[in-house]
Amino acid sequence: MTNMRSRLADLPHGRITKTFGRIYLETKGNWAALAQRLQGVFGIVSVSPVLKRELDLDQIKEGAALVIQDTPGQTFKVEARRPNKAFPLTSPELCNALGGHLLRNFPHLKVDVHNPDFVLNVEIRQEGAFLYSQVIPCLGGLPAGSSGKGLLLLSGGIDSPVAGFLSMKRGVTIEGLHFYSYPFTSERSKAKVVDLATRLAAYNAKGSFKLWIAYFTEIQKALQKTSYPTLSITLMRRFMLRIATQLAEREQALALITGDSLGQVASQTMESIHVINAVTTTPVFRPLIGMDKQEIIDVAYKIGTYETSIQPYDDCCTVFVPKNPATRPRLDQVLEAERELDVEGLVSEAIAKTELVQLKA
Amino acid sequence: MRNEIYLDNSATTPVAEEVVQAMEPYWTIQYGNPSSPHLRGVAAENTLNACRKQIGAFLQVDPSSLYFTASGTEANNLALQGVANIPYFLRNPGHIITTPIEHPSVLKVINHLEERGWSVSYLKVNEFGQVDANQLATLLKPDTKIVSVMLVNNELGSIAPVQEIGRIIEQENRERQHKIVFHVDAVQALGHLPLRIPELKVHLCSFSGHKIFGPKGIGLLYVDRQVPLRPILFGGDQESGLRPGTENLPAIVGLTKAVQLVTENLEENLRQLQNLRQALIDGINTIPNSRINSPQEGAPHLLNASFPGVRGEVLVHFLEQKRIFVAMGAACSSKKKGVSHVLESIGLLQDELMSAIRFSLAPTITLDQIQYVVYSLKETVEEIRNIYV
Repeated sequence: MTNMRSRLADLPHGRITKTFGRIYLETKGNWAALAQRLQGVFGIVSVSPVLKRELDLDQIKEGAALVIQDTPGQTFKVEARRPNKAFPLTSPELCNALGGHLLRNFPHLKVDVHNPDFVLNVEIRQEGAFLYSQVIPCLGGLPAGSSGKGLLLLSGGIDSPVAGFLSMKRGVTIEGLHFYSYPFTSERSKAKVVDLATRLAAYNAKGSFKLWIAYFTEIQKALQKTSYPTLSITLMRRFMLRIATQLAEREQALALITGDSLGQVASQTMESIHVINAVTTTPVFRPLIGMDKQEIIDVAYKIGTYETSIQPYDDCCTVFVPKNPATRPRLDQVLEAERELDVEGLVSEAIAKTELVQLKA
Repeated sequence: MRNEIYLDNSATTPVAEEVVQAMEPYWTIQYGNPSSPHLRGVAAENTLNACRKQIGAFLQVDPSSLYFTASGTEANNLALQGVANIPYFLRNPGHIITTPIEHPSVLKVINHLEERGWSVSYLKVNEFGQVDANQLATLLKPDTKIVSVMLVNNELGSIAPVQEIGRIIEQENRERQHKIVFHVDAVQALGHLPLRIPELKVHLCSFSGHKIFGPKGIGLLYVDRQVPLRPILFGGDQESGLRPGTENLPAIVGLTKAVQLVTENLEENLRQLQNLRQALIDGINTIPNSRINSPQEGAPHLLNASFPGVRGEVLVHFLEQKRIFVAMGAACSSKKKGVSHVLESIGLLQDELMSAIRFSLAPTITLDQIQYVVYSLKETVEEIRNIYV
C-alpha cells in the first residue's frame, strides 16, 4: 500500500483501504489514469474499476448496465456475494434479477454460466452495493521492498535494466552500479545510464533509486597493458564483480544482479561466468540466464528502457573489446594475468572515487 | 567559456554579437506578422522585403528568387522534392545525378525519390572527395532531370567544380525540351569562398544561417525563375506560396546581418582562415603516423585528419578536457552504425576511418590558439597510443 501511495502521490484520489486480499482505492472520476499507474506496481495482480450504488435494487440495476456497457464480449454471467444479510434478496435472486435486466437492455448479450466472456460481480456490503466486470491484468510479483536489497550492475545496454526489473518483480529493492570510463566514454553514456535508472526507479520502493558511479578509467588503462589481451574482458568483469562485492557489503545489499544471458557474448559462456564469478562469495542473480535476446528485448520495450538502451553511445563494454576475446578462459591463466596488476589498489581507488546519484521516478 | 577553443564551426557557430543586436527588436517591439493589414504588419512586411533585397544584393541575385525556409535541410528538401512535385514529373519520374558525399538532407531525399520511381547515378569522387566534372557527360541520360552537387563538403572541405558542371548542363539544356535542373548545396560554402551565383549557372542553391554566425532555425533557397518549383508544405501564401508558414522575422533579420558580415569581411576572413588551416596542417604533419584526409586546396575553414590507433571518440573526449572542441570524423561505436558515408566513399582504411577527426575553424581563432591545439593534440595522441599499447 505504501508503494501504491507513492506511485499515486501526484494524482487526486480518495482513501485506500484493505480487506481480504483486496485493496480498495476511492477515485475522483479519474479511475483510468489511476489504473494505468497501478499497472506498474509490483504485487498487484489485477485492477478493476468498481461502481458503488445505494442498497436499492433499481439503483443496482442501473449501475449494472453502466458497468457492463464498456466491457467487450457477447456472453456473461452474474456472480453475487452478500456479506450484508440485511439486504432483502438472496444472492441467487439478485443474480436472476440483474441477469434479466441486462438481457432486456442489451439484446446482443447471452448468458453462459460455464465459459462467459465476462462476469458481472456484485457485492452487497454494509456501505452499499459494489459492481465491477472489467479485470485489467497487472504486473503481479511481490510488492517492492518485500524481499531484500540487491546491487544491479547497470551498463547502458538492453539487458541489465531488464535483469533489474525482473529482480524487482520478486520484491528486491535495487541499487545500481555503473562503471564509468570517461574520457574513454562520453558524458552522454552516463546520461543514458541515469535515464535508464530513472525508469527503473518507478518500480522501486518509494520510487527512488540509488545509482553508484564507479571510477573505472584507471582499471581500463591498466587492462590495456596486460600481456594477456585475449583475457582483458574476463579481467575487466572480475574487477567489476570485486568492486560490486565490496560496495554491496558496505551498503548491506544481499545479492548482486547482472544481465548475463548464457552464451550471448564471450564473457557469458559457462567457462567465463565460472572464472568471473570466482572472485565473489556474494550470491549473483542472473535473471536473464535462460532468456533469448528477443525475449529480453520484448521486456525492455514493455518497461520503456529499450529506446534508451539502443542509443549509440559507447560504454566500457564496447570501447575496449579486444579482437579475439577468450570464450573459454582458464582460472590459472587469469590468476597469472592478474599477478601483473595491483588488483587491490585499483579496486580500492575505484571504490574511493565512486559517486552516488540519488534518483526519483 | 572564453578560454575554450571551439573548432566545430561546421556543426554550428556561435551567433555574432552584431547579429544578436540586429535581431533584438524583432522579438518584443517589431513583432508583427507581415501578413497583417495593420501598421504593425506593414512594418514587418517592409523589414521582410528589405532583408530579401539586401541578401539579394550580397549574393548578386534577384531578391524575388530567394525563399526563406526553416533550415538548410528544409532548403535542400524543398529544392529536390519541389522539382519532383512538378506535375509532369509526378507522372514521369526521371533520372538524378548526384555524388556519394552529399549531406543526408540531399541523399535521403534522393533515396525517397527512388521509392517514387526516380533513378539515380553517382559521380565518382577521388581520395580527397573531389569530383571530376568531365564525368558528368558519361552519366547524362535523355531523362536526366536533376543534378545535385554540394559546393563544399561538410566533412572534408573538398570543393566541387560547380562552375564547370553548370556550364556542361547549360550546354546540354540548349538541346533539351525538358531542362535539367541544377541544385547546389552551398551551406558550407557561404562565407568560405567567393560565391557568385550567376557565374555558377545553378538553378537552385541552398544556404543556412547557423553555419555563418547567424541564428539557428533559418535557411534560404535560391530558385531560378525558370524552374516551376512546387511547394512541399501546404498552407498560406507566404513566400509566394512556395513556403507557407508565418515568416520567422527575427531569424530572417539575423540571417541578413550574418550574410552581410561574411560577405563584407570575406577577403580578410579567408586570409585568416587560410593561415590557421596551414598552421594546423603543418602541426599535424609533425605528429607521427597521422594523415590529412582533406585536399590541400580545400575550403579554408575545414580540415579532416586521422590518427590511426586512436579512436576518434576517445580523442574528442580527451581534447574536451583541455577545453578544445572538435568533431568526430566518422564513427561513434565499434558497431557499423554511424560510420561516415563520406569517409568511406573516399576509401579510408578501417583504422583511418575510426580515428578521423574534423577541425572546423572560425576567423576569430588565433594562431596562438592553433599552436596550443597542435601541442595538445600531439600530447594526447601520444598518451592514448601509449594506453592502447
